[in-house]
Formats: sequence, structure tokens, C-alpha cells
Amino acid sequence: MNARQTAKHSLNIVDRPLTKNRAEVPTVSLSAFAYLFSEYIQYLVDRANSISELEDRLERVGFEVGLRVLELLSYRDKALRRKTDVLDILRFIHGPAWQYLFGKTADDLQQAANADDEYYIRDYDLLISRYISVPRSYEAFNPGTLAAGMMRGMLDSAGFPARVTAHYMAHKDRPRPITTFMIKLEPSVLARQAQMEAARKG
Amino acid sequence: MAVYSLYVINKSGGLIYNRDFAEAARVDTNDSLRLASIWHSLHAIASQLSPVPGCTGIELLEADTFNLHCFQTLTGTKFLLVVDPHASFIPALLLRIYELYSDFVMKNPFYETEQVIKCELFDEAVEALVRRYLQQAQA
Repeated sequence: MNARQTAKHSLNIVDRPLTKNRAEVPTVSLSAFAYLFSEYIQYLVDRANSISELEDRLERVGFEVGLRVLELLSYRDKALRRKTDVLDILRFIHGPAWQYLFGKTADDLQQAANADDEYYIRDYDLLISRYISVPRSYEAFNPGTLAAGMMRGMLDSAGFPARVTAHYMAHKDRPRPITTFMIKLEPSVLARQAQMEAARKG
Repeated sequence: MAVYSLYVINKSGGLIYNRDFAEAARVDTNDSLRLASIWHSLHAIASQLSPVPGCTGIELLEADTFNLHCFQTLTGTKFLLVVDPHASFIPALLLRIYELYSDFVMKNPFYETEQVIKCELFDEAVEALVRRYLQQAQA
């Protein structure tokens, strides 16, 4: 009866085409995710000896996700072009990747005023930490570290090794501090970028 | 029209959250703890004494100067709202508070169940909800 429909649904998730229709994009219940994430953080809090160890472990999980997400999105993307420019990959993370992961694009992508190798991505209402109030005793901890790990995973597998950290920062138009991701690229990336630019000019 | 205060009582009768929205409603900490445990017991006794089968406990206490609305979740957590006798739509407001509780308290990894609620986001969300309710009630 519905042979075509069932065939479509029995396709493996990675084989399914990325639907253009927003309503058809497969989504996960936010509550289910929030409970799972909450339990996972509790699990880590029990096992980690310090806040930095807690963040490290959370970041590593995100890293694994990032590797796979970049793979999946570039496989599904019709135009299979490797991103070689720093800004291209950052725009990709800020736009399509964020959209795929969190249902919206990030709110801000900015280069640091005083450093060539630092970029900021801001999200005014980061989905994964929407329900989490961090107590004073864990002040240094930011649950967005998971997303920072994802970004590092994507950057790393695209050939832009970097360090990504998540911070809460006060914002003048917002009542609550917002999550800011600081991306610090490794010197090798900048050296390669400079070479490429020189080659393009010369 | 006013909302005086909100209490959350855990399933064993301990007060886990208390917020006053009006200066007049401020009660001594010990008194509020006592209020919570007395209400918990009365609620349990009432549901057993009631002649009506399937009674779930006291939902509303009416007094001359205030009304006390109670909402009990399936897990036994109770939400109490002390309001002005003329306030309307309080059961709906309690449901909204329950919703905020399940979002900002239960999904918070730093909250231990049955313990005192210390969640900034929950505080803010409740505050905003009550403010919105009062604005709508005035309009």
C-alpha cells in the first residue's frame, strides 16, 4: 500500500537525503535531550576531580560528535567542496552546522580586535544550556563546553586545529550572560593561510 | 488582585522552595517550614477522611484575606500559591509553574531531587511569569 513511504523510512539515516523542507528535518525531543544531558553531566560530576577535568571530558565527547557531524554534513551537501579558508569553515559552523545541530544559526561571528588567530561565535540562547543554572560552586563551568568540543571536532577534521572554549559573558542588550565561544587557531593554520593568500596574489 | 507567595513542598513534606511576591506576605523561615509540613499532613489526612471516593486532597483553602491554592503532581510534589481572594485563573498559573519546575529544576544537572531548589533560571522564570500574570490581570 504505502510501499514507497515505508521504503523511504527504512533507509539508513545517513542515506536519507537532507530535506529542504524545514518541517521534515528529523528532530529529537528537546526534553529527552535535556534529561540525557543532565544525567550525563551528573555522571561526570561524580567522576571528575576538578572542574577543568569535568570540562575536558565533556569537550572530548563533543569532539567526537563534531568529527561525525562534519563528515555527515559534507557527505549530504551536494557541492562537495573542501573548505580551505578559515572564514569559510567558520561561516559553515556558524551557519549550516549550527542550524543542523541546534535548529538555528549562531547569532554572531566575530574576529577578535587584537588578535588574528582568535574568533568569537556567540549564541544568545544556547539550546544545550537553556535549562541549566550553574551554581556558584561551579562558576567556572560552562555546559556549552559540549558545543565547544563539537566545534573543535569540526575544525580539526577540516584541517584547522584550534582550541575552542565556552564562556559566559555579560552582554549589554541581554539580561543574562550569553555563551561565547572563543576559537584560537593554531599558528600552523595562520601560516598556511598567509601562504595561500600570497599565492593568490602572486 | 495580588499573588502573595509560592511554596513548593516535596513528597515527604519538606519545604524546598519559597518565594514571596509581596512585602505583606513575608513569613518567618521557621513559620514557612511549619506551614509546609502542616499543609502536607492536612492534605494527606483530608484525602483519607473525605467521603467522596477518589479524593486527591485539599485543592483550595478560602480565608477572609487570602486564598490558598494547592496543586499536587503525580509524584507527590505540591505547589502552593497564596493569593488575593479575588484572583482568578490560579489553577492555570499553578500548571505553568509546574511546567517551569519541570524545565528549569528537573532538567538541571546540579539539582538534587527532593532537596532545596537553588536554580537561578527557575527564580527568574517564576518571577517573570507572575509579573506577566499580574499585568494581564490588570488589563
